[in-house]
Amino acid sequence: MKILSKICMGLLYFFLYMPIAVLVLFSFNSGRSTGVFEGFSLYWYKELFHNGDALNALCNTLIVAFLSAAAATLIGTAAAAGIYKFRGRFFRGALLNLTNVPMMNPDIVTGVSMMLLFVFVGRAVGASTSLNFFTLLIAHITFNLPYVILSVLPKFRQMDKNLPEAALDLGCTPLQAFFKVEIPQIMPGIFTGFVMAITLSIDDFVISHFTTSGFQTLPLLIYSMTKRTVKPDMYALSTLIFVTILLLMILSNIPSILEDRKKKYKGVNR
Amino acid sequence: MNRPVFRKFAAAPHIVWAALFIAAPLAFVVYYAFTDEAGAFTLSNMSALVTSPNYRAIFLRSISYALIATVICLVIAYPVAYIISRSRVRAQSTMILLIMLPMWMNLLIRTYSWMVIIQDTGFLNGILSAVGLPNLHIINTPGAVILGMVYNYLPYMILPIYSVMVKIDNRLIEAAHDLGAGGVQVLFRVIFPLSISGVISGITMVFVPSISTFYISQKMGGGSYDMIGDAIERQFMNNYNYNLGASMSLVLMILILVCMAVMNRFSDEDTGGVIV
Amino acid sequence: MNKPGGGKIVELNHVSKAFDGDMVLDDISLDIHDDEFITLLGPSGCGKTTTLRIIGGFETADSGDVLFDGKKINDVPPHKRHINTVFQKYALFPHLNVYENVAFGLRIAKRPEDEIRKTVRAMLRTVNLKSFERRHIDSLSGGQQQRVAIARALVNKPRVLLLDEPLGALDLKLRKDMQKELKNMQRETGITFIYVTHDQEEALSMSDTVVVMADGKIQQIGTPEHIYNEPVNAFVADFIGESNILDGVMVEDYTVTFAGQTFRCEDAGFGKNEPVDVVVRPEDIDIVPVEQSMLTGEVTSVTFKGDYYEIIVDIDHFKWLIETTDRQSVGETIGISIDPYEIQVMKKSVYSGKYGDYSSFSDEMDTISDANAEQGK
Repeated sequence: MKILSKICMGLLYFFLYMPIAVLVLFSFNSGRSTGVFEGFSLYWYKELFHNGDALNALCNTLIVAFLSAAAATLIGTAAAAGIYKFRGRFFRGALLNLTNVPMMNPDIVTGVSMMLLFVFVGRAVGASTSLNFFTLLIAHITFNLPYVILSVLPKFRQMDKNLPEAALDLGCTPLQAFFKVEIPQIMPGIFTGFVMAITLSIDDFVISHFTTSGFQTLPLLIYSMTKRTVKPDMYALSTLIFVTILLLMILSNIPSILEDRKKKYKGVNR
Repeated sequence: MNRPVFRKFAAAPHIVWAALFIAAPLAFVVYYAFTDEAGAFTLSNMSALVTSPNYRAIFLRSISYALIATVICLVIAYPVAYIISRSRVRAQSTMILLIMLPMWMNLLIRTYSWMVIIQDTGFLNGILSAVGLPNLHIINTPGAVILGMVYNYLPYMILPIYSVMVKIDNRLIEAAHDLGAGGVQVLFRVIFPLSISGVISGITMVFVPSISTFYISQKMGGGSYDMIGDAIERQFMNNYNYNLGASMSLVLMILILVCMAVMNRFSDEDTGGVIV
Repeated sequence: MNKPGGGKIVELNHVSKAFDGDMVLDDISLDIHDDEFITLLGPSGCGKTTTLRIIGGFETADSGDVLFDGKKINDVPPHKRHINTVFQKYALFPHLNVYENVAFGLRIAKRPEDEIRKTVRAMLRTVNLKSFERRHIDSLSGGQQQRVAIARALVNKPRVLLLDEPLGALDLKLRKDMQKELKNMQRETGITFIYVTHDQEEALSMSDTVVVMADGKIQQIGTPEHIYNEPVNAFVADFIGESNILDGVMVEDYTVTFAGQTFRCEDAGFGKNEPVDVVVRPEDIDIVPVEQSMLTGEVTSVTFKGDYYEIIVDIDHFKWLIETTDRQSVGETIGISIDPYEIQVMKKSVYSGKYGDYSSFSDEMDTISDANAEQGK
């Protein structure tokens, strides 16, 4: 049984990582082929940095991710603070359902629905192009919002209800109580929401595809690269992205690994 | 206690935002779906979807591919989630991290890397030729499209099932053993009923993106196996027939709502508390 | 030693068990008889739950044998043992209602449907949950859940029922009622109950036999009276009831010195001038006029307990706990007298000197609140 489960997990990980491994391998191919490995070279990496598209797209992606995540965190946290105090069950339920629509709906529907809005408004004001950086930003804030609210609202609910009351009792104004007592309590939720928003925004292709034109993010660039016959520079770009993610994951896990070690060490010497 | 005034208005920006950018766009989908180019009311968009054999085929294909991919994901994910949830606690987080890691790669890249492998002149056939085996034609078949879906969305099935399973109190399993249940009986009478909610959310998390994808079917199916997503994308990005595109989106949305309602119904019944 | 005629049903022979190098059970040997109510009693971490889990089959011993009806069952999985368990916090199946929880074991055993219905209904009547059949587990109170758990185990007619702190989650009043009910159930069914608790009062009032455990070892086995009246060492004396434990010397048979005085006692068989621990229970000490007393001391605290006073007396810098019905006042000098049969002499052990002085609060309260931590193992 033990061996059988090990085999199962092995096959799963092979299935999950094999394509990525192949991609990494061919990013170092000296030839153009994607089927035959001709020799090791860093040619496609040089090629990638030679044309400024990738760097430009990376820059754009980060700007949109940061701005949309910050805005969504701000609006979403305030919204959670308000929703948490709502008394009307019906209104509260309706608002939360509406908020969750972009999360439940297929991305393509969210994308085209916003596109319809932007195009309609654009035509109404007589603009030549209705899709741009700002429409993209609005779209990203919109699909980030439910995730921020989803991670902040439970923190409000878990919070000891007596805490803000204790702050008021000790002489805080309601506003002070909110910033000095409640915000620190829900900070982990705000942080999770912000990080989630950033990653979702960086990763998004479908909604961006419909809500901007002329403004290129990394996923949009990859899409346009895969539309043409692909050169291995796309692999090089993907490899770099994967390595970056891997490093970030490892770095973010180091503290908890160290913590584990410490605990184990203490446990032995107990 | 008098409620702080600022609290009442804290949600106001969000309410305005949700009205403008969530509710209004949905209203536009409905509006465009039932109007023509000039803005006059019409049912022709909707009726085109029903009458055209081409669109009927697209809808049927989308549903069946998404269903098959969902079932395959479930069949793979359930034992995997079970194995992970019964592993040592320390190992569990690593195993889950390794499953999530590929998800952090963009879907486009993940899909494209499969293309690299299964193309006619791709990596797989390269290896097959090298060892003298006949080449396989996989790309541009329905199987390739479904493979793409399974690969991309499998983690969405594993994670919710795992997170429900790991919460099952080990004492419940011990209690079942104590009452005479063997391994298989414990699985069917205790673990499966208790993990239903994870299965349900896994199914929705795989089915919804599968049925609405356009990139996977474009790349893995080579454009010969159009899905709803492809049809919608074409109307918006190539044909500029927003009205037809909106009507398709509306149908897709309703389709998914119906599927979810059925699923929830199913899960509610299952908590009725009777062993079948 | 009790229950003559009841054959051995469960035997543990030299069972040891370690978790991550920590010795949890150290060479435990124990015979459990048919129709016996036996309680494993001890503070958290003493190994009582582990012992129970080894009997139930949820843990395997590192060494030693577990016998059931004289047959070795070390490697028999839990579902093949004629033993059922009432788990700590009950472990009721949340996806099944009351009826289906109780019917679970019978369904696994593939009993005919009408038999299941009859047995389950009868069992639910026994535990006073007749009208609760269709109720969900979450909608039950702690006491009701507890009774479902007992019914779920008993309905399978096990030879042995294991109960792991089953009353731990209930409030005091309910606990008292359930103690009586459990005892009655055991008498009526004739099933052997192996009961685990850290509550000494519970152990004394319910059991035929009490097994006192500490640090992975059995300290003493005996009837409740035996354990209370003749503790074998300072740990048992302190853990069961209140006791004053003093250093003493056994001068010769029936003569012991402690607190600077020589006393007559009823113990014999020690070496000449052997150092010993002496136990005197607080309720066994008589307060007498100073001139007739064996020892005198100053009252340092008086606590009203309802039907008696608990006073602490400083006698030559040792704080004695005395229970008396006469009111004394702080600062007063009083005399005490101890009858020979109230003096219990014990051999010195690793626990000597750790317990039995009332100069500070005892740790017993901490032990009780830690009780659930043991489950984490």
